[in-house]
Amino acid sequence: MALTLGPDDARRIATLARIELTTDEVDLFARQLGDILNYVDELRALDTTGVEPTSHPLLAGPVWRADELVPSLDRDTLLQGAPGASPRVGLFKVPKVL
Amino acid sequence: MVGPFDTARALRDAIMSRQMSAEDACRVALDRIERANGRLHAFHSVDGDRALARARALDAAGAITGPLHGIPIALKDNIAVTGAVTTAGSRILENYVSPFNATVVDKLERAGAVIVGKTICDEFAMGSSTENSAFGPSRNPWDTGRAPGGSSGGSAVAVASGMTPLALGSDTGGSIRQPAAFCGIVGIKPTYGRVSRYGLLAYASSLDQIGPFARSVADAALCLEVIGGQDSRDATAGSAPVPAFSEGLTGNMDGVRIGVPRHLLTDGVDSDVRTAFEAGVQTLERLGAKVIDIELPHARFAIPAYYLVATAEASSNLARYDGVRYGFRAADAGTLEEMYDRTRDRGFGAEVKRRIMLGTYVLSAGYYDAYYLKALQVRTLIRQDYQQAFERVDAVAVPTTPTPAFRLGERTEDPLQMYLADVFTVSAPLSGLPAISVPCGFTPEKLPVGLQLTGRAWDEMTLLRVADAFERATEWTKQHPPV
Repeated sequence: MALTLGPDDARRIATLARIELTTDEVDLFARQLGDILNYVDELRALDTTGVEPTSHPLLAGPVWRADELVPSLDRDTLLQGAPGASPRVGLFKVPKVL
Repeated sequence: MVGPFDTARALRDAIMSRQMSAEDACRVALDRIERANGRLHAFHSVDGDRALARARALDAAGAITGPLHGIPIALKDNIAVTGAVTTAGSRILENYVSPFNATVVDKLERAGAVIVGKTICDEFAMGSSTENSAFGPSRNPWDTGRAPGGSSGGSAVAVASGMTPLALGSDTGGSIRQPAAFCGIVGIKPTYGRVSRYGLLAYASSLDQIGPFARSVADAALCLEVIGGQDSRDATAGSAPVPAFSEGLTGNMDGVRIGVPRHLLTDGVDSDVRTAFEAGVQTLERLGAKVIDIELPHARFAIPAYYLVATAEASSNLARYDGVRYGFRAADAGTLEEMYDRTRDRGFGAEVKRRIMLGTYVLSAGYYDAYYLKALQVRTLIRQDYQQAFERVDAVAVPTTPTPAFRLGERTEDPLQMYLADVFTVSAPLSGLPAISVPCGFTPEKLPVGLQLTGRAWDEMTLLRVADAFERATEWTKQHPPV
């Protein structure tokens, strides 16, 4: 059965993804995501009962370093790259929350 | 006399024997970029002064720094370089200057390489043509009306057109191998964990790997042995020792068993591509390989599994671009939420938004089991197919791409059609396996065709050895585009 996504679905997903879509984008993405979801639906034809999931291909597990302090990047350098910052007090600035 | 199409090894030998300086090599590269980049648009940014200063410092030091002493190299623009603009092809990072080096950059510089610039790529490495770059596209040097492939298209163009002998790209679902095939050069996606991902701007963390582009297999081998190895900054970089790949290229493939899954060579594969591929397989056989028919029963499910896994991981990785700590911020937002939402709508291009939304959807409550978990289970089945195949063969051969380079603009309206072209490249990263694309011929319109070999985990050596022997017996990598 063909799966369809409507504009409300696209808006709901965009809200979860924290993206403000324009009206044109809502319709376009609803259609395109619907097409893609219909295509990936062919996986349902495959019986995967009891198959272990593979979330990563790490063959020998992660390789840990010794848990010791090492120098990290300088605070002022990092704040210089921010679109809003107060280097004097060492903070990122964002629109008022309260 | 050294020319733009000389290999990195020839250049290095010329520099080491003092026939030329690192500065000369750098000028050859910069001149070539100056003349051809306007037409081909391989580079997004070139820092000639910095490259020349570095080359002069190498010359002044006198001693040979390492195996890439004085070799100019291009980096895909999703690899961080201290003090350099690093955009990943995105508006959201248009003015982002990295405060740190990727581990591969430190390794290249320790080996004596000279970074000349950053290349065009699809935004956050999401695409197959560079058309998703905010600053693209690059053009295929064999036919400038066609796509160079993607997402590492600019790096492939830089090497194919003789701007630099080496370039780095990153491969998540084929982003090194597909542009290598489209541009007629060598590209390798190493085993997952062979190369540190520290400083690679993340797309899909369980799939991403950095790897080299080169005009010869020997150059790719040399570059891979420089960039590979464990890294205290990336727990997924494996501790397996990095073999001296460039010393294992014996030119011999006697007795190597190569599996060909002919059931995958369906009507969707262009007939010229199939002809070149079959001729390549015959050459492998003539050179001493045993060619064996194999089946990969779950391969047809690889594209849907890939696009579910990759987008799920992308939706999480790209959550960091919120206009707070770096990059672009929408200026007109009254609240924090509006700032996030507008920054991401204006900062990201359409394909990135599509993939973030798809990934968000397949991870959301009520859909996780049906989509994401299902894809992870299919990923297991695809891996098991290879494990079974590798009981009988040492490498698996398929065409790298089902068609030669397509025309720019031809597929931009239909994202799904663009995805379907990844049919031969997505299985290797899903399985964590190494895979190489090596040129195996041309279509009658003189567009390159690539042959892909996939190998066992950590066994890039077999792939490089077979590809090198194949290259020595053929003339494909010695042909250069008319630019």
